[in-house]
Amino acid sequence: MSVLVYTESEQGNFKKGALEVASYAKAVANQLGTTVTAVAINANDTSALGNYGVDKVLNISNAQLDNFNANAYAAAIKQAAEQESAQVVIVSSSANSKYLAPLLAVGLNAGYVSNVVEAPSSTSPFTVKRTAFTNKAFETTQINTDIKIVGVSNNAFGLVENTGSASAEAFSPSIPELGVTVESVDKATDKVTIADAEIVVSGGRGLKGPENWGMIEELAEVLGAATACSKPVSDLGWRPHSEHVGQTGKPVASNLYIAIGISGAIQHLAGINASKVKVVINTDPEAPFFKAADYGVVGDAFQVVPELIEKLKAFKAQQ
Amino acid sequence: MKILVCISHVPDTTSKINFSDNNTKFDPTGVQFVINPNDEFGLTRAMWFKEKQGAQVTVANVGGADTEPTLRKALAIGADEAIRVNMPATDGFSVAKQLANVVKDGGYDLVIAGRESIDYNGGMVPGMIAGLIGANFVNNCIGLEVDGTSAKAVREIDGGKESVSTSLPLVIGGQKGLVEESDLRIPNMRGIMMARKKPLTVVEPVAVSAETSSVAFEKPAPKGAVTLVSPDNLDELVNLLHNEAKVI
Ligand SMILES: Cc1cc2nc3c(=O)[nH]c(=O)nc-3n(C[C@H](O)[C@H](O)[C@H](O)COP(=O)(O)OP(=O)(O)OC[C@H]3O[C@@H](n4cnc5c(N)ncnc54)[C@H](O)[C@@H]3O)c2cc1C
Repeated sequence: MSVLVYTESEQGNFKKGALEVASYAKAVANQLGTTVTAVAINANDTSALGNYGVDKVLNISNAQLDNFNANAYAAAIKQAAEQESAQVVIVSSSANSKYLAPLLAVGLNAGYVSNVVEAPSSTSPFTVKRTAFTNKAFETTQINTDIKIVGVSNNAFGLVENTGSASAEAFSPSIPELGVTVESVDKATDKVTIADAEIVVSGGRGLKGPENWGMIEELAEVLGAATACSKPVSDLGWRPHSEHVGQTGKPVASNLYIAIGISGAIQHLAGINASKVKVVINTDPEAPFFKAADYGVVGDAFQVVPELIEKLKAFKAQQ
Repeated sequence: MKILVCISHVPDTTSKINFSDNNTKFDPTGVQFVINPNDEFGLTRAMWFKEKQGAQVTVANVGGADTEPTLRKALAIGADEAIRVNMPATDGFSVAKQLANVVKDGGYDLVIAGRESIDYNGGMVPGMIAGLIGANFVNNCIGLEVDGTSAKAVREIDGGKESVSTSLPLVIGGQKGLVEESDLRIPNMRGIMMARKKPLTVVEPVAVSAETSSVAFEKPAPKGAVTLVSPDNLDELVNLLHNEAKVI
């Protein structure tokens, strides 16, 4: 019996989300009085996991798994869960984890709950709190199966450091037929992605045109943030579709979301509401975003943003 | 090619969400229901396969009789027939099992579902159907072409997109990009008239046990009022974000 956690890596390095799910797994293991085993796929160095409560790492190293493949990854994690007699399996809310988790649930005949925001409120029966209705409510859900899969919402639990070290073991699962083959990848590798970012700087139609995005990118750079945009901005072709956030775009659950020239339509808010702190910069004091935001500046983005960049640079220089 | 489009019947985003029975049930009073937006993109792509490649398109929903107007709307948009599995949609896994059963019975080659529904946002039904029937699965699908039994798809990934090749039988979790919003169709009078005559078959569910069950709902604590900072005093904003919100 143990808690198994899938710790995701990219190019051999753990994602921040991996350390968060490890922290979550540790909390569940404490509740159950058991240990945490992590599954790592083609990760360079797994020693960091011990600092977040992992006791043992199953290290999979397999060139067939260099590209993410949901079927193959789910099969590998399933075999790890079986070997460890895992009672609970923890995954993140990254696009890849959300892709493989339903396949894993079928494979393990396990009940799966996604978008979970807190450690289980009880382990017998096993109940967790998750977001529902695009963040307009929470649902407490009970998992009735022997094996349970919990998908943790990004940035909901945070990182919890632990003193400990993780032992590592090689693990060689058998890999099924891939079924889906990656032909090409089109991805900006030098930029923070919206999914991984702690801070997201987002621009709307109020910015008037694509030529004005220089200041948005600069603000993002100063903050180490990802850039995002409202739907009309990507529809108009001012920004790539991969930056579109909201109900029909990418979900955002960052620590800080800065909305610039975005009115705050309900379909936009639905996708970004899970962010912890929201700042709005808008000329119109009646813009609905002010009702959803924590901090607001009623002002012209073309004056406020460049000035904010200077203030932040000064602040960063002091730190 | 036989296509099954899974249609989820969901409250429109602009609806106010309320609960009844001591916060254990969703209260549909006054709520406007729509076709789940991700499913509507998929349905529209299915219409393209019908018109360009002669595909036959069935829509399916797991739900009570109250969801039939949503299925009729899908028929009015152009689907050939509809199936309703007569069971309240309580949890993702049992919905997926019902739909997997529909797929097996009907021998569908392509199953188009939405990457998530906007009510419970579980994002599990498409992958579970694929797992249950042993079909290939592409999630976050923003482009799909089928040629015989081979398929090429584009899927959104964190920070970009990737192109993949795969084959039928295939399940996709679709989203905007499969078609553009301007391609979405509003049913016209002729479509609505024809939809009345198209078959809507009600099938009884296969026995399943609920892997997960809902215990209670709650609404987030009401948000405090926004703290306004003057554009002439942006040092204060930096100060608040650092010392109060602790996010920079
Ligand atoms: C089914 C459906 C799904 C949708 N999904 C999404 C989604 O996923 N994401 C999404 O974003 N939208 C979505 N929408 C669209 C949404 O309803 C809004 O139309 C959209 O979010 C508005 O984008 P915006 O705020 O950039 O533009 P606008 O609403 O035009 O707002 C621009 C804002 O900029 C302000 N402004 C103007 N000049 C300045 C200046 N100089 N400085 C500062 N502020 C300025 C204005 O006061 C205004 O508030 C969806 C709609 C539907 C019907």
